[in-house]
Amino acid sequence: MNSANMLLAAPEFWVLTMACVILVADLFLVEERRGIIHMLAVITLIFAAIITLRGDYTSDGARSALAFNGSFIRDPMGDVLKLFSYFVLAIVYVYSKFCLRQFRMFRSDFYTLSLFALLGVMLLISANSLVMIYLGLELISLSSYALVAFDRDSRKGSEAAMKYFVLGSMASGMLLYGMSMIYGATGSVDLYQIAEAVRLTGSDDTMLIFGLVFLVVGLAFKLGVVPFHMWIPDVYQGAPVATTLFISSVPKMAAFAMAIRLLQTGLGDLHTDWSQMLSILAVLSIILGNLAAIAQTNIKRMLAYSTISHMGFVLMGLLPGTATGFGAGMFYVIVYSLMSAAGFGMVILLSARGVEAEKLDDFKGLNQRNSWYAAIMAMVMFSMAGVPVFVGFFAKWLVIKAALDAGLIWLAVIAVIFSVVGAFYYIRVVKLMYFDEPVTESPIEAPVDFRAAISLNGVMMLGLGIFSSSLIAICMASFGA
Amino acid sequence: MLTLAHFLTLGALLFCLSVTGIFLNRKNVIILLMCIELMLLAVNMNFVAFSRFLGNLDGQVFVFFILTVAAAEAAIGLAILVVLFRNRQTINVTELDDLKG
Repeated sequence: MNSANMLLAAPEFWVLTMACVILVADLFLVEERRGIIHMLAVITLIFAAIITLRGDYTSDGARSALAFNGSFIRDPMGDVLKLFSYFVLAIVYVYSKFCLRQFRMFRSDFYTLSLFALLGVMLLISANSLVMIYLGLELISLSSYALVAFDRDSRKGSEAAMKYFVLGSMASGMLLYGMSMIYGATGSVDLYQIAEAVRLTGSDDTMLIFGLVFLVVGLAFKLGVVPFHMWIPDVYQGAPVATTLFISSVPKMAAFAMAIRLLQTGLGDLHTDWSQMLSILAVLSIILGNLAAIAQTNIKRMLAYSTISHMGFVLMGLLPGTATGFGAGMFYVIVYSLMSAAGFGMVILLSARGVEAEKLDDFKGLNQRNSWYAAIMAMVMFSMAGVPVFVGFFAKWLVIKAALDAGLIWLAVIAVIFSVVGAFYYIRVVKLMYFDEPVTESPIEAPVDFRAAISLNGVMMLGLGIFSSSLIAICMASFGA
Repeated sequence: MLTLAHFLTLGALLFCLSVTGIFLNRKNVIILLMCIELMLLAVNMNFVAFSRFLGNLDGQVFVFFILTVAAAEAAIGLAILVVLFRNRQTINVTELDDLKG
């Protein structure tokens, strides 16, 4: 282990250090100066991005570099996902500062916990061994459980945290059981060595398939796809909206990376087996997510079901097992994180003085109260629905195209049909905003950084759509497609 | 003579017990926490057995990590349990039904 190797994990070291610094710094700050914590957290993210960008590991022409005895990998996919994690988390911080202040919950715990979760996200994105995947995943999960219970006096919050904890731990258990089988079949926990062993033994090893099934179940729980989605609506609804905002955006990118590492890097030779399982999960998620979302009157719950259907689309990108498919999935998950952040950002914006605007009716007549915010929400909804020009359309188009290229025509047809079904409930929000009378006339107030962030985030729906080719090219290049 | 299959069967039995426990239990959240611990221990049994019979130490190292994480997980689980009890005065699983739809 030489020092050049350790430097590959420099962003992780930086985030870890700063999370600890913020943990301690809070002890010395009086309540009025808590804003410093927020600044420190944002600075952490900015410098993490600089360190990630400056990390040079491709000098000898290699596309990736290993550290820590092969359990840590730096590659273009990891770097891009990490950069977007920092960016989305920075937006999340701006939104949640406003939200936490309004709900009188502005404590530094939110920042420490989410920074530790970010560390987990980064480790999971860069994991190249089963141990690292497990540790990264647990770091995210444990921080998220605590974040869901962040509002200590909320009945719903504690119920959601308990449900999340039990189901999440069970998913980890399933995943681990699968990992133990894979270890038993291949004799290694290193993903490269696992891939090598699978290539030699072939794909008809019962223990390997058995392990794969449990692995996919655990993965499906973490992504939140049908039939392992039960926790998503409850957790999204019960958690404080700042937490929902966080867990609906950043960890999804890590879950995608985990799927790539486990299924492609480790078990790429079992592609025919896992793609069958994923196709069932993807179809069920797209169908059930979109149908159940129509029945919701609570916008947090509606967005939760919409998440389930979006994750189905992400799985559709993984299915074909081609570089273009993975690139499409990666583009989708990045776009989804941005859309989700903007969607919950709007919920925060409309929440006045300690009451969450979680009813769909709270969006009624938003255009009359403030037409710019209504326009932002409309852009987010159009993007989620996949209306052309908006970025969500290109995301859907790419995964459907990847599925078509792989000959999965039935899957593409189902995806298109249920996108249309899904458009109904997204556009219903637009209708409520523009054609209904407002329930309340109270003006919408927000600090300037919040307004800047939500405007940027909303305009990105359109901007990234019009200039989508560069981001698509980056995603495709990460997989060499 | 004990073979690998014996250990794997034991691991599978413990795992099934814990999953059944989670799904059948309608009374007490603490039992859920115990089932989760049991599930992790079943996995540990698997890892140690494989490690011993493959002559490869990776599995035993993994077990150390799992044990550590399990301890952290139990701490967070119990903390959530305390919050839950303080807010609802009950830890009955069937009464956790505020959120649905």
